[in-house]
Amino acid sequence: MTSTYRYLPDTTEDQKEMLDFLNLSSVEELFEDLPPEIRLNKELNIPEALPESLLIKHMQKLSSQNKNASQLPVFLGAGTYDHYIPSVVNHMISRAEFYTAYTPYQPEISQGELQAIFEFQTMVCELTGMDVANSSMYDGFTALAEAASLSVSATKRSKVIVSKAVHPESRAILRTAANGPGYGVEEIGLNESITDVQQLQRQIDQDTAAVIVQYPNFFGSIEDLAELNRITKEQGALFIVSSNPLSLAVLQPPGKLGADIVVGDMQPLGIPMSFGGPHCGYFAVTKKFMRKVPGRIVGQTVDDAGKRGFVLTLQAREQHIRREKAASNICSNQALNALASAVCMTALGKNGICEMAQLNIEKADYMAKSLEKKGFIVTNGAPFFNEFVVELPRPVHEMNKALLEQGMIGGFDLGMDYGMNQHMLIAVTEQRTKEEIDQFIAVMEEIIND
Amino acid sequence: MIDYNDLIFEISRPGRTGSSLPKRDVDPVDLQDKVPSHLIREEATELPEVSELQLVRHYTALSNKNHGIDNGFYPLGSCTMKYNPKVNEDVARFEGFSRIHPYQPAETVQGALALLYELQEDLAEITGMDAVTLQPSAGAQGEWTGLMMVKAYHEHKGEKRTKVLVPDSAHGTNPASAAVAGFRTVTISSNSDGLVDVEELKKHMDNDTAALMLTNPNTLGLFEKDIVEIAGVVHESGGLLYYDGANANAILGKTTPGKMGFDIVHLNLHKTFTTPHGGGGPGAGPVGVNKKLIPFLPVPRIEKKEDQFVLNIDEPLSIGRVKGYYGNFGILVRAYTYIRTMGPAGLRKVSESAVLHANYLRKKLEPYFESSYSQVCKHEFVLSGSRQKKLGVRTLDIAKRLLDFGYHPPTIYFPLNVEECLMIEPTETESKETIDAFAEVMIQIAKEVEENPDMVLEAPHTTIIGRLDEVQAARQPILRYVKEETERSAL
Repeated sequence: MTSTYRYLPDTTEDQKEMLDFLNLSSVEELFEDLPPEIRLNKELNIPEALPESLLIKHMQKLSSQNKNASQLPVFLGAGTYDHYIPSVVNHMISRAEFYTAYTPYQPEISQGELQAIFEFQTMVCELTGMDVANSSMYDGFTALAEAASLSVSATKRSKVIVSKAVHPESRAILRTAANGPGYGVEEIGLNESITDVQQLQRQIDQDTAAVIVQYPNFFGSIEDLAELNRITKEQGALFIVSSNPLSLAVLQPPGKLGADIVVGDMQPLGIPMSFGGPHCGYFAVTKKFMRKVPGRIVGQTVDDAGKRGFVLTLQAREQHIRREKAASNICSNQALNALASAVCMTALGKNGICEMAQLNIEKADYMAKSLEKKGFIVTNGAPFFNEFVVELPRPVHEMNKALLEQGMIGGFDLGMDYGMNQHMLIAVTEQRTKEEIDQFIAVMEEIIND
Repeated sequence: MIDYNDLIFEISRPGRTGSSLPKRDVDPVDLQDKVPSHLIREEATELPEVSELQLVRHYTALSNKNHGIDNGFYPLGSCTMKYNPKVNEDVARFEGFSRIHPYQPAETVQGALALLYELQEDLAEITGMDAVTLQPSAGAQGEWTGLMMVKAYHEHKGEKRTKVLVPDSAHGTNPASAAVAGFRTVTISSNSDGLVDVEELKKHMDNDTAALMLTNPNTLGLFEKDIVEIAGVVHESGGLLYYDGANANAILGKTTPGKMGFDIVHLNLHKTFTTPHGGGGPGAGPVGVNKKLIPFLPVPRIEKKEDQFVLNIDEPLSIGRVKGYYGNFGILVRAYTYIRTMGPAGLRKVSESAVLHANYLRKKLEPYFESSYSQVCKHEFVLSGSRQKKLGVRTLDIAKRLLDFGYHPPTIYFPLNVEECLMIEPTETESKETIDAFAEVMIQIAKEVEENPDMVLEAPHTTIIGRLDEVQAARQPILRYVKEETERSAL
């Protein structure tokens, strides 16, 4: 008898031999320790198994019910971006030695993963200007919440201050997370499209563990980190910066502007949008906080013959050692996506990443200027990276509906999170051609003149 | 194989590239005109400069230094290192899944939302729960999400309960998650059968106890047969019962946490539902709850309104958001694909085979290694290296010796309540031949410990690198590559 399930190798004979060895007559006997009242005496009520060919058809059908970025140009960003991903990225992370491996707890047979993560950590340090980076977090949003927790435990202060120009989902997750240990989360309002420095000055005090800002911020604007850091440090608080890593190819790294912790998401560098996940949070700190970093860190060492090798290190911080005293409960991370971004950063290289960042700036600049020429108002008072806010004479959702009818995915509606339902946040990456941008603007004009 | 030990930075040469970007088709922008000079980068980012083939050779060489499930047997207890199906990888890369933006209008992502909705329904059925959130990115995040719901539930009832109970055999994430959720942890010890001591539990259960966290089967691979009584004890004093789904591979289609009396369940899709571990992640840790906890589930929730799938963020009692967007969608696609591949009978057979394999291997090894628990196990079992330790060989040495045979060792030194522990989980996707061959090697190593202990003490002998100095790594941490300062160039 053969098995009818391709992932289950046991034949009837195999099963019989194993049962005989155990002096049992049926598999059911292995479940006799389950009390009868909890046994499920019927099959699960889920759809029947599909053979591979029908399975693929079914999945293709579901997939085709989504409009994807290969079909429609995407002008949506707000934390997730449609960027160029070199083909090599997918090929490298598809090496089964990488993706079917567990966490590298046995370094002798995990040197590949360990070295790749060591290289990833180096790249994150390079981009952020920080001393130490970990091997990844779930995403940029949860990384920000972890940074806040670190600041509270490191400073023994009772609240954090976060700018409203930080991604709304980051702030929402921060609020959820703060409910655990019970520290306060205060928000700072906006001055046009950037953090209101004067309000920060008024609100910060000796109870403030950290000030959290985003760079470029949620509206694409480039915050003056030097100024914000100065105010933060006057009160002895930590300065936490959430940053789009692509922008750091051309912007002064937060580490050079006083940041104590830099977090963000590597998604713009080599990770598909995938409906929002899996992406890859990063977490970088100054040397002072090295032993407070959450999650796994790879370090360089030598073997018994003096040969260079890599291991998971500083594990005394982690949950499997410290249990309830651990700084964080993170265990699984986003290692494969960290690898993807390392491969992407390698493919782009020192010049490519600058070129890509520059293209983003130029295309966004072109689109903003073109919109202004047509009479639209771009509301970012400050310089912006690859995103900006445009004020519309009509609600964003109406515009987006019309854009969709013309085969384009419009920008992010700031109505829900900021009460600005006539303000659209538009992202322009290197993927958008001049033609697509012009077409988008033409449709916008048409709608308005309708 | 070529002995390749270079870092990517060490093979970099200025002027090479591994990518090609589109040409500028708009006006150039001088950053100096746009951004204040102190916010412009001064020093170039020292990313490597290599050609595409050099990149491919580098990462291929690294992959050759890595052991994955596709390379060989991986009986890592508690991690469920089963086969990661290829079709799942293909499907997750369909452009309709991988190239969609999380904020696209809902009407343009109905297929994705339908998939998530159906997966919620399937996992609710598999766990016997009433509703499921797919948001948590991993088991630990699922635990924390569950515990935040526990907290919200008690607070809503006007109770402030501060204590979470975990057994001594629990995963480290259990107490850590409880702490991060703001609870104090109390450890309860197991009885001599390796099970929760119900009398001891009763002593700890009071109106300050928010929840008991359990895995069932537990980390020793044993089924907590008193689970119904345990649930009664917990519920009687107003506590909640939390199911850590790390060991769910033993119970598919046989029982459900719901039937056992659990209120909250997390599953590790990267364990039971074949999504790859990826060298440490990404995973997914969906959480299921019974009716009384539904109001506290995180937002957004994926719901069906007539024929349309919608995202609901308007839930006043919700604990809020726990993860960006809607969870690790690409991982959820893989798990969904697996569930559709197996169907109800297939999933039941998964657990039956997993349990059969574990018991078969256990009985083969029991004559050679100490085993405190001789009852039938579920999908995994623990042995102790205490007999070998008396001969001067530790479990770590046995693990290293296994590397010489091309096996990934079992989990070692966990759970903490077993001396010199070896925790072995063969999984259902391994053939009897593989299990037999592994048993032979384990028996050979047990004999080596007696006859030629140096062979084990000095292991591994065949890996590309020897035992690494972990003490040095932690005392003098080198956590990144540093290029000589003189070589750095301006942007």
